[in-house]
Amino acid sequence: MSQISLASRQAAKPAAEIAVRTRDVSKNYGSVEALKKLSLDFPRGQLTSLLGPSGCGKTTLLKIIAGLIPPTSGEVEVNGKTVTGPGPDRAFVFQDFALLPWATVLRNVAFGLELRGVAQSEREDIAAKYIRDVGLAGFETSYPHQLSGGMRQRVGLARALSVDAEVLLMDEPFSAVDEQTRRKFQEDLLTLVANENKTFIFVTHSIEEAVYVSDQIAILLPRPSRVSEVIRPTGIREKGTENIRRDPEYLDTVDRIWASLRSYVE
Amino acid sequence: MPSRSFLLKVLSSAIVFGAWEIAGRIPVSYAFPTFLESMQALVALTLDGTLFAAYAETLRPLVLGVLISSFLGIALGLWIGLSARFDWLFSPIFIVMQAAPLAALIPLLVMAYGIGLTSKVFVVCIMAMPVIVLNTAGAVRNTPSSLKEMARAFLGSRRDVILKVILPAASPIIFSGLRLGISAGFIGAILSELKITPTGVGDIITYSRSIADYPSMYAAIFSIILLAVLFLNLLEKIELHLFRGNNRGYVTD
Repeated sequence: MSQISLASRQAAKPAAEIAVRTRDVSKNYGSVEALKKLSLDFPRGQLTSLLGPSGCGKTTLLKIIAGLIPPTSGEVEVNGKTVTGPGPDRAFVFQDFALLPWATVLRNVAFGLELRGVAQSEREDIAAKYIRDVGLAGFETSYPHQLSGGMRQRVGLARALSVDAEVLLMDEPFSAVDEQTRRKFQEDLLTLVANENKTFIFVTHSIEEAVYVSDQIAILLPRPSRVSEVIRPTGIREKGTENIRRDPEYLDTVDRIWASLRSYVE
Repeated sequence: MPSRSFLLKVLSSAIVFGAWEIAGRIPVSYAFPTFLESMQALVALTLDGTLFAAYAETLRPLVLGVLISSFLGIALGLWIGLSARFDWLFSPIFIVMQAAPLAALIPLLVMAYGIGLTSKVFVVCIMAMPVIVLNTAGAVRNTPSSLKEMARAFLGSRRDVILKVILPAASPIIFSGLRLGISAGFIGAILSELKITPTGVGDIITYSRSIADYPSMYAAIFSIILLAVLFLNLLEKIELHLFRGNNRGYVTD
């Protein structure tokens, strides 16, 4: 991997403002080092993927950014402010959807607002709008068990969007849905990134998915977890959602990442 | 048209009562009346008011004990489930309580609290509380961690997490604990009337046995079972009303 090509990639895109920054973040579980002095910048309005083999600490890093687990050392800044716990500037999309099984779609989507003390009629209006936006209109009174996996994750996404946080943290959001739904989700995500001025941090173990949806890919290597490389696919996004997968840069990037990861996969 | 489940319930009752009737007619024992004899005795006890007077007496320790066990039991269970330290402190007490041979302990209770209402309420609580506490604690401890994380990520306070996530998520198992605990409470109420002082329904049982009026004895036993079944059905209705999504399982299952 030549450093020159990497540098030219980074130079190709004008340096965007940084929304989230991790500084020397370490996390130990007893004597196990899950993360070691991890520093990474997440540009505003872009989607950054955390990609790596399982056990590389990408979900741990995401939860530290969310404020759900405290780092052992180092700090996370969101808009220049140090993270001490969950905040209104971040919303989380869970791998297993984390929907309340006893609540309707409407209440699930409004739950984030409910916890913020927004009045019922107001939060249900907002929730109804996002339910329409994610394409679930008509399912407001359904319960999660009545929905397919893909629809459940749309509920999870609507819940995260409805609190209108600047940073969207997504923990392998599409790994529990089927392949065709996942492709549709990835296309929708690109539209979402283009239309909403939000910063997305996206954990995935799929190389293709990372290259397809990301403005920036941070490759994490395990034991202890560190950033081995940051890749910025540049010319892909302009090709349009349906042409990306045939693009030579897309294919090259996928190959290149696999080459650097393969020795770490058992 | 009556639903299929209702028809099955009727069929199941018919099988049990039919077997009872046949066993009484053989008879399996001279002290075992037929179903119809028992029902006649039940009607007689109801009509002359004996049964109502008896329940006025029996329901006091039963209702008090069940209320105390439910509220205190759920509160303690919640506390134990949320904190490992209280788990170590309290769980052994309830495990011992559940395993203790209660009939043998009743003389001790009587020595400490006399033969009045207090002792009887204690017996009901000892029967009802352990399973309520242990079920609640287990259910609270096993709340899916992603739901708790979700509530925290969306800025839920500790109170929100407990009231809006942990308790509803634990409610199916809390309610199954309540069902088991309350039926045990019914047993406790009758046991206390048989073992401490014969009052209420326990008195009907003891007295009719002593004069060999077995139909009345079984009528009294039948009435308490019937009451327990009706109450448990009511509890199920309450559960369905409070937590509508509960009968539908977890999304990630």
